[in-house]
Amino acid sequence: MSVGIEAVTRPAPERWAIEPGDLATSDAALRQVLHGLPGVDEVGAAQRAAGLATRSIKKDAKLQALDMAVAMVDLTTLEGADTPGKVRAMCAKARQPDPGDHGVPPVAAVCVYPDLVGVARQAVAGSGVAVASVATAFPSGRASLAVKLADVADAVSAGADEVDMVIDRGAFLAGRYGAVYAEIRAVREACGPAHLKVILETGELGPLDNVARASWLAMMAGADFIKTSTGKVTPAATPPVALVMLAAARDFEEATGRRVGVKVAGGIRTAKDAIRYLVLVNEVAGPAWLTPKLFRIGASTLLNDLLMQRSKQLTGQYAGPDYFTLD
Amino acid sequence: MAPASRSAAPGKSASGLVADPGERSWQYAPAPESRHVVAIAPEYGLFVAGEFRPAADGATFVTVNPATEEPLTRVAAAGAADVDAAVAAARTAYDQVWGPMPGSERAKYLYRIARQLQERAREFAVLETLDNGKPIKESRDVDIPLAAAHFFYYAGWADKLEHAGFGPDPRPFGVAGQVIPWNFPLLMAAWKLAPALAAGNTCVLKPAETTPLTALLLAQVCQEAGLPPGVVNVLTGAGDTGAALVGHPGVNKVAFTGSTEVGKQIARAVAGTGKKLTLELGGKAANIVFDDAPVEQAVEGIVNGIFFNQGHVCCAGSRLLVQESVADVVVARLKRRLATLRLGDPLDKNTDIGAINSRPQLDKIGELTKAGEAEGAQRWSPPCELPDRGYWFPPTVFTGVSQSHRIAREEIFGPVLSVLTFRTPDEAVAKANNTPYGLSAGIWTDKGSRILWLAQKLRAGVVWANTYNRFDPASPFGGYQESGYGREGGRHGLAAYLNV
Repeated sequence: MSVGIEAVTRPAPERWAIEPGDLATSDAALRQVLHGLPGVDEVGAAQRAAGLATRSIKKDAKLQALDMAVAMVDLTTLEGADTPGKVRAMCAKARQPDPGDHGVPPVAAVCVYPDLVGVARQAVAGSGVAVASVATAFPSGRASLAVKLADVADAVSAGADEVDMVIDRGAFLAGRYGAVYAEIRAVREACGPAHLKVILETGELGPLDNVARASWLAMMAGADFIKTSTGKVTPAATPPVALVMLAAARDFEEATGRRVGVKVAGGIRTAKDAIRYLVLVNEVAGPAWLTPKLFRIGASTLLNDLLMQRSKQLTGQYAGPDYFTLD
Repeated sequence: MAPASRSAAPGKSASGLVADPGERSWQYAPAPESRHVVAIAPEYGLFVAGEFRPAADGATFVTVNPATEEPLTRVAAAGAADVDAAVAAARTAYDQVWGPMPGSERAKYLYRIARQLQERAREFAVLETLDNGKPIKESRDVDIPLAAAHFFYYAGWADKLEHAGFGPDPRPFGVAGQVIPWNFPLLMAAWKLAPALAAGNTCVLKPAETTPLTALLLAQVCQEAGLPPGVVNVLTGAGDTGAALVGHPGVNKVAFTGSTEVGKQIARAVAGTGKKLTLELGGKAANIVFDDAPVEQAVEGIVNGIFFNQGHVCCAGSRLLVQESVADVVVARLKRRLATLRLGDPLDKNTDIGAINSRPQLDKIGELTKAGEAEGAQRWSPPCELPDRGYWFPPTVFTGVSQSHRIAREEIFGPVLSVLTFRTPDEAVAKANNTPYGLSAGIWTDKGSRILWLAQKLRAGVVWANTYNRFDPASPFGGYQESGYGREGGRHGLAAYLNV
C-alpha cells in the first residue's frame, strides 16, 4: 500500500486525464465517484445487447468486418506448456495469418507470458505486430505490489509494447478502491512507454454496476485499454459486459477528452461472435473505436474461423480446416 | 442517422484496413428479407363459414405497401349482407359445435393454430411488414412470436376455466364481434381471437382497412387447422363494415381496439343493447425518468417507448417526463442515440424505423407537429434522408414542452416525443396523471421503494419499471378513463369473454 501511495503522489504524465490529489484517491472519495455513476439495469443491458446481435452483416460489410477483426486480434497463448517453439510458431501466424492470401492483414499483437516476451519480440521483429505481455501475477493477481511491479518491469525490459495487467478483484470487492487505483497507477508508471491494458476480470466482479465502476476506476488511473477478462475465468467476455465497457469508454471520452480502448477476451471463437462485438463497438462507442488502436479481441482459435469465413466470402465456398494452418 | 440500405464503400481489398480500419467507415450492406417467402394472391375474399368468398355486392378495395405506395392486392369490402352472413355462421357454429365442445377439444385447435403461426412465422412476418410498413425485425421478433404465444397461453386455459376464479362453470357470451387496428394487425387479431375462442365464443373479426392481409392468412391457417366452419370469420372492410358488425343484433359481445373517438361511437351504439363491451383506446403515456435512473438503459427505454413501431402504439411513451436536474444529460444522450437509428426499407433486417402506415396518419402526424412548433416547443430530428416514395416521418423530439401544449395532450400516434420536466416525485405523479387517458406509464429509477410508491399513484393500466413496451400473454393489458375499459391478456383477459 505504501508503494501505491507514493505512486499516486508522483507527478503523472500528461496523458492521464484525471489527476486527483491524494484526498481524491481515498477509498471514500473514490466510492463517491464510482457509486455516483448511473446504475446499469441488467435486464435492459442484456436486451440491448441481444437486439444488436440481430444486426445482419452481409456481403461487402461482412468482408470489411472480417478484415477489421483480423487486424484487431491479439493472438494469444497463455499456457503452462508454452515453449519458445510454440511462441515462434504463433508469431509466424500473427505476421501472416493466411499464407495463401497476402491480402489478409497481420493481427494487432501477440500476447504471451513475460518470460516469453523476448522470444516473441524477435519473432515479430519488423512486422508491425506488437508484443503484449500479461503481467502482475496474471491471472489471479494475488501477489504483493512489489512482485507485480517486478513482473511488469520484466516484461517491459524484454521488449513488451503492451502490458495486460489484472486488477486486484479482492480489493475491489472489499471496497478498497484506493488500493486498486494506486496499483494501476504504479503499474502505469512501471510500464514506461508501453501501453497498459487493465483486465477487470468481469466474471469475478458480479453485477454490471461493478463493471462500469471498475471501468471508470481503471480509466481514471490511466489505462490505455480496459479489458474484460483473463480468459481463465468463466464467464469471460459477454456482449452485455462489452456493452457496459464500451459505453463507459464513450462517456469517459465525453467527460475528459481522452479515448480509452476496449479489449474483449475469452470465449470468442467464431467470426459471427467477433462481428457481433464489432456491431457493439460501432453502435455503442461509435465508429471512431473501430480501429486496432481502440478495440482488440483477445483470442487464439478465432483467427482461423475469421480466415475461413473470409475465404468463403471471396470464393463463395468453404475450404476445410486443413486448408488453414494450425499456428 | 445511418442509412439503412447503402452498400459498403467499393473495393474489397484488405490492404487499406491494415493501417487503421477506423479511417474507413463501416456501412452495413443491405440485408433484405426475401419477399418471395409469401405468395400474395391477386384478390382476397371474405372468410365466412370456413370458406373464402367475395362480398355479396362485389365491392373491393386495394391495400398498399406504405413503404412504397405500391398496391399489394385487392380485398373484398364486406357490406351489411356479409355481416349478416358472418354473424349467422358464427351463431350456428356456437350453437352446434363450438359451444357444446369440451374445453380440452377447443384447446387442441388453439394449440394447432399456435404451432402453425410458429411454423409459418417468416411468411407472416414478411406479409405483416409489407402491408403495415413496420421493420421486419419487429414483425419477426415481436409481432409474430407474441401472437403465437397468445394462442399457446389461452389454449392452456380452455379446459381450466372453472379454475380461473369466476366460479364453477363460467359460460361464454356467444358471438363476439371484434374490430382491430392497423398498428399490430396479427397480434391484435390474436389478442382478440385467442381468449374468445378459449372461453367458448365464436368470432367475427374485422381487421383494419389498411392492414387486412395477415388476418386473412390467419383465416387460412384456421381453415387448414380444421377449425369448424363459422368459429372464426374474417370480414375485411372500412369503418362502415365495423359499424355494421358492432351494431348487428346477433352479436353478444363487442371488443374494439382503436381510437378513442371511434371507441366513443361504439360505446354509444351498444349502450342499452345488452351487448358486453371492452374497449382498448388511445393513450398519452408518461415515461418518467428520475435522476437516479440507469441512464443508458433509460435512453434505450425512451427510444423503445416512442420509436418502436414508428410510435404507432397506443401505450407508447409519448410524453417523456424527466427530472429537471438530469434533463440536459438525458436529452443529449437521447439525441446521440437517435442519430444511430436506421430508417428505411422495412424489409431490411437492419432497419430500426419503418414507414408510417398510411397517408392520413402521416398527415395527422404532420399537423400535430406543426402545432407543436407553433406553440413554441423546440423541434429536433436527427439528420435523416427519407425515401422518395411511401409514407415516412423522421424520429422527432420536442423539447420545452409544457402540459398546455397540444403535443403534450393529444395522441400523435407517430414517432414524435414530447419532453417535459418535473422537479419532485409528487410533481411527476401530478403531471403523469394530468391526461384524459390512462393506458400505460414507465418509471426509471434505481430506487425500488419509489417504483412501488409511484405504481400505486399512477392512473394507468400498465406500469413498466425500468423497461418499456414489454408484453407477455400472461400479463393483463388495458386502460383507465378515455383509454378504455376491460383487460386483455392473462386471467383477467378471460373475464372479457365470459359471462361473469
